[in-house]
Amino acid sequence: MRIGVDVGGTNTDAVLMDGTNVVSSTKTPTTANVSEGIAKALRAVIADSGIDTSAIDGVMIGTTHFTNAVVERKHLTPTACIRLGLPATVCLPPMVDWPDDLREIVGGNAHLAHGGHEFDGREISAYQPDEVREIAEKIRDAGLNAIAISSVFSPVNATFEEQSADIVREVIPDANITLSSEIGRIGLLERENAAIMNSCLRQLAARTVDGFKAALDELQISAPFYISQNDGTLMNAEFAKEYPVLTFASGPTNSMRGAAFLSGLRDAIVVDIGGTTTDIGVLQHGFPRVAALAVDIGGVRTNFRMPDTYSIGLGGGSLVSPHPKSLPHKEGGTSTTQQDSPSRTLGEGAGGWGDVKVGPRSVGYELTEKALVFGGDTLTATDVIVAGGSEDIGDKSAVAGLDPALVTAVQARIMEMIAIAVDRMKTSATPVPVIVVGGGSILVTGEIEGASEIIKPDHFPVANAIGAAIAQVGGECDRIFSLAELSRDEALDQAKGEASERAVNAGADAASIEIVDVEEVPLAYLPGNATRIMVKAIGDLVEAPPSVPSMNGGK
Amino acid sequence: MRIIDEAVLEDLALGAAVLGTGGGGDPYIGKLMARQAIRDYGPVELYSLDELEDDDLVVPTAMMGAPTVMVEKMPNGDDIVNAFQSVGKYIGKPVKATMSIEAGGLNSVVPIYCAARLRVPMVDCDGMGRAFPELQMVTHTIHGISSTPFAMSDERGNTVLMETISNLWTETFARSVTVNMGAMAMIALYAATAAELREAAIPGTITLAEEIGKVVRRARLEEDEPVETIREAVGGYLIFKGKIGDVERRTEAGFAKGDAIIDGIDEFAGQSLLLSFQNEHLAARIDGEFKVTVPDLLAVLDVDTGEPITTEGLRYGFRVAVIAIPCADKWRSPKGLELVGPAYFGYDTEYVPVEERYGA
Repeated sequence: MRIGVDVGGTNTDAVLMDGTNVVSSTKTPTTANVSEGIAKALRAVIADSGIDTSAIDGVMIGTTHFTNAVVERKHLTPTACIRLGLPATVCLPPMVDWPDDLREIVGGNAHLAHGGHEFDGREISAYQPDEVREIAEKIRDAGLNAIAISSVFSPVNATFEEQSADIVREVIPDANITLSSEIGRIGLLERENAAIMNSCLRQLAARTVDGFKAALDELQISAPFYISQNDGTLMNAEFAKEYPVLTFASGPTNSMRGAAFLSGLRDAIVVDIGGTTTDIGVLQHGFPRVAALAVDIGGVRTNFRMPDTYSIGLGGGSLVSPHPKSLPHKEGGTSTTQQDSPSRTLGEGAGGWGDVKVGPRSVGYELTEKALVFGGDTLTATDVIVAGGSEDIGDKSAVAGLDPALVTAVQARIMEMIAIAVDRMKTSATPVPVIVVGGGSILVTGEIEGASEIIKPDHFPVANAIGAAIAQVGGECDRIFSLAELSRDEALDQAKGEASERAVNAGADAASIEIVDVEEVPLAYLPGNATRIMVKAIGDLVEAPPSVPSMNGGK
Repeated sequence: MRIIDEAVLEDLALGAAVLGTGGGGDPYIGKLMARQAIRDYGPVELYSLDELEDDDLVVPTAMMGAPTVMVEKMPNGDDIVNAFQSVGKYIGKPVKATMSIEAGGLNSVVPIYCAARLRVPMVDCDGMGRAFPELQMVTHTIHGISSTPFAMSDERGNTVLMETISNLWTETFARSVTVNMGAMAMIALYAATAAELREAAIPGTITLAEEIGKVVRRARLEEDEPVETIREAVGGYLIFKGKIGDVERRTEAGFAKGDAIIDGIDEFAGQSLLLSFQNEHLAARIDGEFKVTVPDLLAVLDVDTGEPITTEGLRYGFRVAVIAIPCADKWRSPKGLELVGPAYFGYDTEYVPVEERYGA
């Protein structure tokens, strides 16, 4: 059996799964000490199911902890950066596009050295080991041991990054080094940014992952545990300590993977409705479609393979306006609705609700205090759905007086908002299945234009934890090949080989590896048939080596 | 004379994306370069053409190459200075200022880097009033100004200087040298005096880009009819509103070409617009009939936010407004249309100015 845990900003969800069955699930508030919240959630699902902890084969944890550390500028280790590419790139040194406060915390210790490659593999300039050694000594003398190394076109050729790392390790034996080629794709600044962030998160990652381990030990769970990555695959504890940035945005990915699993569909649109926002994403072959553009983390541009999601301000707690006058509306209560068309009343009838507005403002996590059905004084989307009769939540009588025409208009408006957002994420006009998950799924009461069917699977509120529980392991290759020297098939084979090898290194069972995504982009302007090839391979988790639990059990 | 500081630069880059008509390269890297130079060397003076002496020599600077490479192998900085100074050295006269050759996209801001580093002013004009895919497509060509002496420099310190018999030949040679330099080069070209530029260049385009940027920024904050606000700022016409129904792309002779079909919504329901692009948006046909073509500008904006959408950013399901903007008058001369009219890009139609079809 597996346990999946999703640590979100508000809730920590956990599910216990036996094969493809959900045995038990729980939602608990996230705690300041992340490990405590996880322990609590684990205790709840185990107690609920009554199983013995020895029956647990693995624990999969999805967390936003490292993203939050960057956003909140907390627990970051000062980090130096060495970039190989002289004489190119001088006008934009490392961290040039960072917000000042974050650059200051990280230290702004940046160095340029010779090396780097052209798009076609030629060297920009000769690599100079002595130059790197001098830089390493400066970094050592500055008292730093966290270092990121980048090199121009290292996704095409990473040799210089690797050689530099060897030299840095000779000078600083306990160096914590991240190579940009291990993390990002084409786009030097973004890839380098991600590498720097990775090195500055490693201390926190070690502490946090050890904390997870301690929480499992406390519950006498001896099964290995894994952390989910933003591409919907897992990494083991040791790998997570090495690459904490790969957890960024794993939340929406888990939710979409969970939706795929619960519905049994591999190609569909996923609509994840929460309290305040609705995230729409696309499943392709069971994995989230990846965003093509740069992703901003705490004010820094990165180019991870993040899920391509589109968010709208619609959720269970969304405010509905115009707010009908004749509802109990306490003076001095919530001040969130008064500015919209105060002249409207309940009596305006069917024709009067044409321009009804839902969201983007929301009562959010205060839904259970402020919504009418929970004794509050604010008309929310949830209230309207209850009034419509499709759900029975809280005190139904509190919304009995709502104009049926308003209810109809709000329901229609919600379906229209969802339909437009779904349409935006589709790639063609062909109708596709839509899977609805998340706590706010009750908002969906009708048909969605452009959807071939609407699926609201069981256990939809904890789809994210399920997504964590069922994750596999994967590897990628993303670089430019010159088809003047290789045939297309040879290039594809090479790319598939590299992706598979990375999946195995990440813990996949080599026999189960499957190529799930191949994308080729011919590059305009470039000669020699330069083509960017992106391949993703995934496989089932290999049984964890027994050494993993003992390696970090020291403290 | 006005000052380009960091705040002006932000607006300028934003407006340049609208004038880029879907192409012109992502101004992000150029903006970062210019911002860093302003921080290190101070703000840049922007002169109008009228403020220059007749024989003041102006040398435009720009970046040329593959967008994929620009985001990976950024310039040295000395390279752009080398290109600029080589042209001056070859001519043998002092160069007074630099300017943008292309006010749309990346190259609107690249000269700011050069101007800041060398503490030379920039001139408020350009050679396109928008973005175009080829080097000879500038109003300078109409007025017989040669693109040469043409200098291309790489980060290693190499500079290739050329003299050619036509600006089209410059384009041809420049493409192959760019590849040798690693698919990216910094260039200086089209040297001209202020007197010549008063005839040949399109004045005020840097200020125009900045003003458009201001409008876009304000519209982003206030979310109040951004499309209409932008349309008004650029003096354009709303020719269509719709949903992108299909996008087809192909690569031909090194250019990213394609067509998008936009199905009408609101007052345009029932109609269909065919948008054709080659690096930039080039022509719009509504229900099969050409309505707007080059050299007039086509800006495709997100219908809700007013954000300009690039040709690479066109995707099924996006709801967009299509704004047509009259091009500079210079492009409407027979010589101008020969260079950048619909026929040059392979469209079988006469050019009709957008005001004639959409003006009151």
